[in-house]
Amino acid sequence: MTSYFRPALVLLGAFSLLTGAAYPLAVTGVAQAVLPFQANGSPVLKDGAVIGAALIGQSFAAETYFHGRPSATAAADPQDPAKTVESPYNAANSTGSNLGPSSAALKQAITERVAALGGGAQPADLVTASGSGLDPHISPQAALVQIGRVAAARGLAEERVRQLVQAQVEPPLLGVLGEPRVNVLALNLALDRLAR
Amino acid sequence: MTLDLIQFLIFATLLLALAWPLGHYMARVFTGEAQFLAPVENALLRLAGEGRPQPQRWQAYALSLLAFNAAGFALLFLMLRFQNVLPLNPQGFDALSAHLAFNAAISFVTNTNWQSYGGETTLSNLSQMLGLTTQNFVSAASGAAVAAAVARGFAAKQTRVLGNFWVDLTRTTLYILLPASLVLALVLVALGLPQTLAGSFDATTLEGAQQSIALGPVASQVAIKQLGTNGGGFFNVNSAHPFENPNALSNLLTTISILLIPVAFCFTYGRLVGDRRQGGALFAAMAVLFLVGFGAIYGAERLGNPLHAGLIDPTAGNMEGKEVRFGIFASTLWAAATTAASNGSVNAMLDSFTPLGGLVAMLNIQLGEVVFGGVGVGLTGMLLFVILTVFLAGLMVGRTPEYLGKKIEAKEIKLAALTLLVMPLGILVLASLAIATGNAQSSVQDAGPHGLSELLYAYTSATGNNGSAFAGFTANTPWHNACLGIAMLLGRFGYIIPILAIAGSLSAKRPAAETAGTFPTHGPLFVTLLLATILIVGALTFLPVLALGPIAEHVSILAGQSF
Repeated sequence: MTSYFRPALVLLGAFSLLTGAAYPLAVTGVAQAVLPFQANGSPVLKDGAVIGAALIGQSFAAETYFHGRPSATAAADPQDPAKTVESPYNAANSTGSNLGPSSAALKQAITERVAALGGGAQPADLVTASGSGLDPHISPQAALVQIGRVAAARGLAEERVRQLVQAQVEPPLLGVLGEPRVNVLALNLALDRLAR
Repeated sequence: MTLDLIQFLIFATLLLALAWPLGHYMARVFTGEAQFLAPVENALLRLAGEGRPQPQRWQAYALSLLAFNAAGFALLFLMLRFQNVLPLNPQGFDALSAHLAFNAAISFVTNTNWQSYGGETTLSNLSQMLGLTTQNFVSAASGAAVAAAVARGFAAKQTRVLGNFWVDLTRTTLYILLPASLVLALVLVALGLPQTLAGSFDATTLEGAQQSIALGPVASQVAIKQLGTNGGGFFNVNSAHPFENPNALSNLLTTISILLIPVAFCFTYGRLVGDRRQGGALFAAMAVLFLVGFGAIYGAERLGNPLHAGLIDPTAGNMEGKEVRFGIFASTLWAAATTAASNGSVNAMLDSFTPLGGLVAMLNIQLGEVVFGGVGVGLTGMLLFVILTVFLAGLMVGRTPEYLGKKIEAKEIKLAALTLLVMPLGILVLASLAIATGNAQSSVQDAGPHGLSELLYAYTSATGNNGSAFAGFTANTPWHNACLGIAMLLGRFGYIIPILAIAGSLSAKRPAAETAGTFPTHGPLFVTLLLATILIVGALTFLPVLALGPIAEHVSILAGQSF
């Protein structure tokens, strides 16, 4: 039996060092040297301050901004750490709603979101929670239905805002891979630049 | 639709173009022909006292594997229990509770990567790297070693030996997993995945709120969790998180990585047993099941949720829990791949899939993780069904069943039949126990039949060593951490030990020459029989409980009923 101990312990130790330390540290070293922007989370700067990450969605509630998708992320309740409170786009704790398809709570939430948007059949992504709770994108349709509200709140011509949205639509890679989408943070940054 | 078909063809073409040469290369790794890393390999083996490795019989091979996995469990358990006093813990996370550490250690040692916790809120960088990443490599290498040993045993001419576990473990890690992960990790960083030792950074959003953005050594862990059919993500939501999977290209590459080594193993097997048609037959059976499963999930999600008709524009399908950049196609292809291949990573929340989409994901696992399956163990799981199929075919024509010229006798059939009990034990018995004790009711999130689906999925995922979840289920309780841990052990070693025993038994037999009366184990007839065996066993075992869960939910939704 003891003849199994030595190889088991030695190889476990060796592979811990090789695959658990040398491998991630080597990748970290190369990544930090060659690709520092991506390796450090693709931060977005505005006037020298970090205002977010290019790949991570953030919460937009103001009338003057395009809104992202509903987010199911939560955070610890400041009053009682044992409980959680809603905290959309909490990038320290990703989660989806995980509500099942027959959930009455899900139907209720969707119904309320649709009503808030003025009823009718709304773009699916605008009234459903994303998987990560941090989805940085909305569909082009979901951006288009918000144009009227944003243009009115900013006192801009709708056509002007529409052109801006269309310029921000990212097509599928090579025309086929992935889905057409709009990065909400990039769109809102462009909107702020337009206003200046 | 057309675009989705083109996307699928790109995916399938790239997958096969990579898996075919990889399969042949892997065969060279297991025969010992590949030698370019010999200095490192020999140094490691000498240090381990295996400088002159002897071929092992099946018992010694299995004991070596068990000793290595037991040591891995002990080390990981201690590391998680004491992460609060260990270095590289920038966010100052606490130690894991005993039951959570038990569950997590078993989970990563058995190549399951079920996560009862959220990565970014629970684990230090040291735990993620030295603890989990190590097991991601060596648990996959252990599975690959089993497949190599079984192939050798099936092909052996009365040698009684299966190879040396320590050599197979070392060579798989050095020659296959490490180089592939290094390349993939760096490509993924270029595509946007973070790779840093920092724990988070702070941003002030456009609306003036504070946003703390978690990150870490993400790319290195994502590369091996995809390639090693591990599936345990850096973040709670796994590859749905934009930092694990930011765009269509990262998604394509990581989806291919889920299936790459399991597909390649079909071709490796054909080479190792000296008859490529045998590997081709296994590949064909797996591919048929995969295509049917994917088509069903895709259709179900594309059609969307009838309960939300009139509220949601129907063209987009069921988007709850899915990411815009992936949409229906890439989310469902991933779901089919990850449940077929025993990976368990997700890029969309399976709990929010339609009832039929969720059913197929669950069934993919319940069939025994043989649709490509985990690294190595998917292939050996399929070989168990091959043995049962030649036995059934032998009964039909009244001949002694043979596989690769070896007589399949009572001992092999008994062992193979024993493994048929693993899935029902781990899933049906343990889930029933949870219901009878009230532990199921307190952990499910959803009411109605979907609650049963959540419970069922948890035990299915654990027993199948998959690791994906209907994540509304609260698994981090002493009861479920313990029982899911037992299910994972059962699902791992309940297959590995019998298949090694069968390989040991077959390695002692003399292969008979092929005659006109030999039933060929390749070609469409055999593949059809194999598929029928898998589906009949799976359906007989699980249809009743699936009727109470996802099927009941489906008909409720059609009747307009929510819970």
